[in-house]
Amino acid sequence: MSNAAKTRPQTRIVGAPVPRKEGIDKLVGRAQYVDDLTREGMWYGATVRSTIPRGNIRSITFDPHIDWNEFTVVTAKDIPGKNHIELIVADQPCLADGRVNHCEEPILLLAHPDRHKLLEAVAAIKVDYDPLPAVFSIEESEAQKEIILGEDNLIKSFTLEKGDVDSVWATAAHIVEGEYRTGPQEHLYIENNGMIAEWSAGDGITVWGSLQCPFYVHKALRAVFDLPDEKVRVIQTETGGAFGGKEDYPSILASHAGLLAMKSGRTVKMVYDRMEDLAATTKRHPSRVRHRTALDKDGKLLAMEIDLATDGGAYSTLSATVLSRATLHACGPYVCPNVRVRSRAWATNHVPYGAFRGFGAPQAIFAMERHMDEIAAALHLEPVELRRRNFLHQGNRNATDQLMREPVMLDKLLDRALAESDYPAKRARFARENQTNPLKRGLGIAAFYHGSGFTGSGELYLNSLAGIDVTADDKVRVLVSNTEFGQGTNTILTQIAAEALNLDFSDVTMAPADTAHIPNSGPTVASRTSMVVGRIIERASLQLLALLRERAGLGEQYPREEFFAACNRYRAAHGKVESLCRYEAPPGIQWDDATYHGEAYGAYAWAVYVAQVAVDTVTYSAEVEDFWAVQEVGRVLHPVLAMGQIEGGVAQGIGFALYEKVVLENGRMANNQMTNYIMPTAEDVPPIHVVFEEIPFCYGGYGAKGIGELPHDGPAPAILNAIRDATGVPFNAIPLLPEDLFAALAAREPIAEPAAL
Amino acid sequence: MRGNPEAHELIAPGSLAAVLHLLASEPGAWTPIAGGTELMVAHAAGRLTARKLVSLWNIPDLRFIRVEANSIAVGAGATFIDLRRNAAVAAELPLLAQAAGWIGSIANQSRATLGGNLVNGSPAADSSPALLAYDARIELVSIRGSRTVPYDKFHTGYKRNLLAPDELLFAVHLPRRFARHRGYLRKVGTRRAMAIAKVALAATALIENETVAEIRLGAASLAPFPTRLYRTEESILGNAITEETICAARTAVLAEAAPIDDIRSAAEFRRRVAANLVEEFLRELMKPEPRP
Amino acid sequence: MSSRWASIRFTVNGQSRTVHAPPMKRLLDVLREDLHLTGAKEGCGEGECGSCSVRMNGELVNSCLIPVLQAEGAQIQTVEGLAPAIDSGGALHSLQEAFLQCGGAQCGICTPGMLMAAAQLLERNPHPSREEIREGLGGNLCRCTGFARIFASVLAASTHAGSEKKPDAR
Ligand SMILES: Cc1cc2nc3c(=O)[nH]c(=O)nc-3n(C[C@H](O)[C@H](O)[C@H](O)COP(=O)(O)OP(=O)(O)OC[C@H]3O[C@@H](n4cnc5c(N)ncnc54)[C@H](O)[C@@H]3O)c2cc1C
Ligand code: FES
Ligand code: FES
Repeated sequence: MSNAAKTRPQTRIVGAPVPRKEGIDKLVGRAQYVDDLTREGMWYGATVRSTIPRGNIRSITFDPHIDWNEFTVVTAKDIPGKNHIELIVADQPCLADGRVNHCEEPILLLAHPDRHKLLEAVAAIKVDYDPLPAVFSIEESEAQKEIILGEDNLIKSFTLEKGDVDSVWATAAHIVEGEYRTGPQEHLYIENNGMIAEWSAGDGITVWGSLQCPFYVHKALRAVFDLPDEKVRVIQTETGGAFGGKEDYPSILASHAGLLAMKSGRTVKMVYDRMEDLAATTKRHPSRVRHRTALDKDGKLLAMEIDLATDGGAYSTLSATVLSRATLHACGPYVCPNVRVRSRAWATNHVPYGAFRGFGAPQAIFAMERHMDEIAAALHLEPVELRRRNFLHQGNRNATDQLMREPVMLDKLLDRALAESDYPAKRARFARENQTNPLKRGLGIAAFYHGSGFTGSGELYLNSLAGIDVTADDKVRVLVSNTEFGQGTNTILTQIAAEALNLDFSDVTMAPADTAHIPNSGPTVASRTSMVVGRIIERASLQLLALLRERAGLGEQYPREEFFAACNRYRAAHGKVESLCRYEAPPGIQWDDATYHGEAYGAYAWAVYVAQVAVDTVTYSAEVEDFWAVQEVGRVLHPVLAMGQIEGGVAQGIGFALYEKVVLENGRMANNQMTNYIMPTAEDVPPIHVVFEEIPFCYGGYGAKGIGELPHDGPAPAILNAIRDATGVPFNAIPLLPEDLFAALAAREPIAEPAAL
Repeated sequence: MRGNPEAHELIAPGSLAAVLHLLASEPGAWTPIAGGTELMVAHAAGRLTARKLVSLWNIPDLRFIRVEANSIAVGAGATFIDLRRNAAVAAELPLLAQAAGWIGSIANQSRATLGGNLVNGSPAADSSPALLAYDARIELVSIRGSRTVPYDKFHTGYKRNLLAPDELLFAVHLPRRFARHRGYLRKVGTRRAMAIAKVALAATALIENETVAEIRLGAASLAPFPTRLYRTEESILGNAITEETICAARTAVLAEAAPIDDIRSAAEFRRRVAANLVEEFLRELMKPEPRP
Repeated sequence: MSSRWASIRFTVNGQSRTVHAPPMKRLLDVLREDLHLTGAKEGCGEGECGSCSVRMNGELVNSCLIPVLQAEGAQIQTVEGLAPAIDSGGALHSLQEAFLQCGGAQCGICTPGMLMAAAQLLERNPHPSREEIREGLGGNLCRCTGFARIFASVLAASTHAGSEKKPDAR
């Protein structure tokens, strides 16, 4: 397990497996998710959506058999402010106005007190279109025959350049090329998207819902309703999983529910059912990555040229930032003097793709780590050896020329992963057994790093504000806009405050995630909460102690009663006891957005994963039998939560690799039911052995770095590398389903048999 | 929830006789609902067309497992949990017991009935291959009386069967003469639990004097409804199991199987996996019988 | 509308209840809307996710697939019935305690159904093997945990009863 004991500075609460803060409420059924809430006289809302991928709306007809006076009907004309969803580029309409650019695009909204009548009404509205040609792939989009967005279909592009790639090809001992693809992946949070909205002329708009980023929703509502800050209020309800899927979509749903609430004068609830959520909301960006790599005769990397493309869907949404993270992770944790990464996000007429755990990194790392095994095969090197020869170490510079100032222990992680998985002995055994066994076993590895927090200058730009206050009933409250959706925000941040204030864990609670009462500490994304926000909470706590010592006579050592007594004295004199701090960048962070050079991230988490896979040549199915995840994520703030993050991410990564296929037909998800979108069940997930090595990061909350996204990066390449090891066949696209294995493996089978009739 | 509960009527007369009278009084008007694991899914999706439903859930006359002299009778209302917990089924019909454990999850098996599985008639139904391999007969009942037909004649087309509008499936009769047979069962799904079969095969064979004296191959997802692979059986019957027999059997499967392409899988994959499963069974038969 | 509403009586968490509802209304909706027991969740509405799992007459069922008429006379247990005295300072059920200690709940949306599946499993098989736990929970999807902490929780709860071995956080 963890060697934490050796390196851990003495802490009481940080690092201890305290029970999850909101754990009991969740266990007894008391936790209130959005669909658990009702309001007196509440109406329900529904959405009329586009049934075609692209076209102009010719007419909308309302079936006369329905008494439409009973309903509230909202169209784009009812939007008081801007008809777009404020995000990076405001190109996504809140409601389609004359034109649709993807299937399931919202066109019109309905509200009614009876849910069942509402569904009949949705079915009774007929939209006629003049269809336009649609674009469904990266290839069609880059061909630019049909321009569907801007002048060239390009949502965003980046070029990352280091050294002189072109000078290397002529003299390199080896050049290896490959193309790798990943498919869309659905978050499949078990709680669908949902929102409740209320509107009044005096108070403006208030929404309660399942969401990750209260201030994203706040910003979107301000624009749609043309209201000042104080007339928009966003309250997060208990959120049943998100994984990035509730980063941008809740802004749309909140706007919709809000528009219906405003027009109807009622509280309106909109909760998607699974079919609607699957068909209409975001997924992970599909990708195509081409690698061309030069190596010297010893297998050292000389040059990498990487062409990375994603399908962004019909609107820009978060594609630019996802592409950025993909670009920055494209070269893996290796030393290479000459690098060129060209990356582009292309528009298509698919439902816009969005944020999903890893945010582009899993796609880029899949390609890089799969490619490493192809290089190893081409050079007749062991995959382990090839990686070892090229690993980044402390003092090296990565692809953006960022100096690795902190210790890097990739070699140690690799050694540990090999030892834990018994890699050398097992590989030899499998090679022997595979000769006769119809079950072919193999082992595969993936080595990778994941940048914590926002990219480059992003954290400075966010300028997060967070802190704590102390209430009159002797409770310390953590004031942040970072939300809990399973990953442990509540527990980690209250642990940090309790530790820093030298109080009990039970003395600290979270202030409700309500934009009327919390500061903007940034979105809950990018594995930034523990490291970045945790650090602010740590500083705000220490700042409060200093204040109480200075102004309220708190002693150096104090029992908890004395702390609260000091708070009461301070409150009596100054009104409230509150301590807020802003983000402070670690020293030496230089980032140039124009050239993509410099300190891309404040810190990196590092990992080596090993997958053991069995491929059944009777059924063409591949199963992960065992999995080892060894990582260095800074200080582990909570051992149980940290393991839970890794295991959950690995399970999603296994789904990404072997199970989860979004079947798109004419731009529409054809398998939008849980029975047909297949995620791994309790019987499919193998034992996952989690190992943490700890190097506290001195600018993260109590030494933490990011952990949440990391585990999604490694499983897919490790698994496909294991399948290559087992079968000798390189598979370069995921999801890799039995049908795909069949196509390749059956082609090799000796017996000639009749093909399809 | 896309269906409207108020658009459907549901009554629970509580006895078999009362249900049969109701069906006879208005033939075709009433749709039986047993565990509801098919019909309620359709209801949720807004696809339930039946307006008038009559509940068969927990009617004692339908929910039984009886061990008789020459057969085991399973009532149409028996759930898959009932089947899994029954000692006689476990001992004498292991393929059926095992298949019962594959019907979705525990929560599904505690509601899903054998009758519902068969009448629903999905090509991928999990109990069907085992019933085909065990040469089951099924008993249909109405106020006119009852009739028994071989199970392999029950399905007449995609989701079509022999039931008359006033009839119910009453019971499945499984002959108790498979003690000496070798058995095989394999489901190829999308995952280990909660999976719909892309292909499944249940098989029984009796080996006498080193040749195949009897063989039944019941398959799912290879045709519009669950089927025996008769031509493949013929290619094996009476032969010793040799590489030639295996080769001939594979060829027969590939010719006989008529699966489809759908969002879950591909026809060519299904055909080839079916051939692999038959081959796997035959190779098991080549090995000496495992001692119980 | 063709349906006649029915009065249906059953027992929920030990209390006798009567509801007046369309007979095809889902038990899940009756629990959540008529009885305000919102512990059971709707994750899919088609029997696939198990977040609506409750126990009915000692069996695990998915309440989204049960027309309420078929619950007539039944004994139903929901997550709210696992630790009935919790609001008045009572203890958690041993499974809930194990989930709390071992990290069996993350976002918590699958948890009520997962707990009912686990309770069902342990009642029939107090000392399940790892494989039996995997099967017992196979119909309850969890997207957060990768199931590992849930298995640990169930194992802890199952050993807890007999021995003094403490629930192991691993
Ligand atoms: C999550 C989930 C997973 C599933 N997994 C599987 C699986 O792995 N394998 C599998 O094979 N199936 C699976 N199913 C399908 C389903 O559970 C089975 O087909 C089940 O056996 C149906 O039985 P029921 O009693 O619930 O049917 P119901 O829904 O009550 O009825 C189904 C049909 O049968 C008719 N019917 C029922 N009983 C009778 C009778 N006695 N006489 C005449 N007609 C009758 C009904 O009118 C209806 O047309 C799954 C379903 C769900 C929801
Ligand atoms: S909601 Fe009932 S099983 Fe998913
Ligand atoms: S804890 Fe989130 S789905 Fe299980």
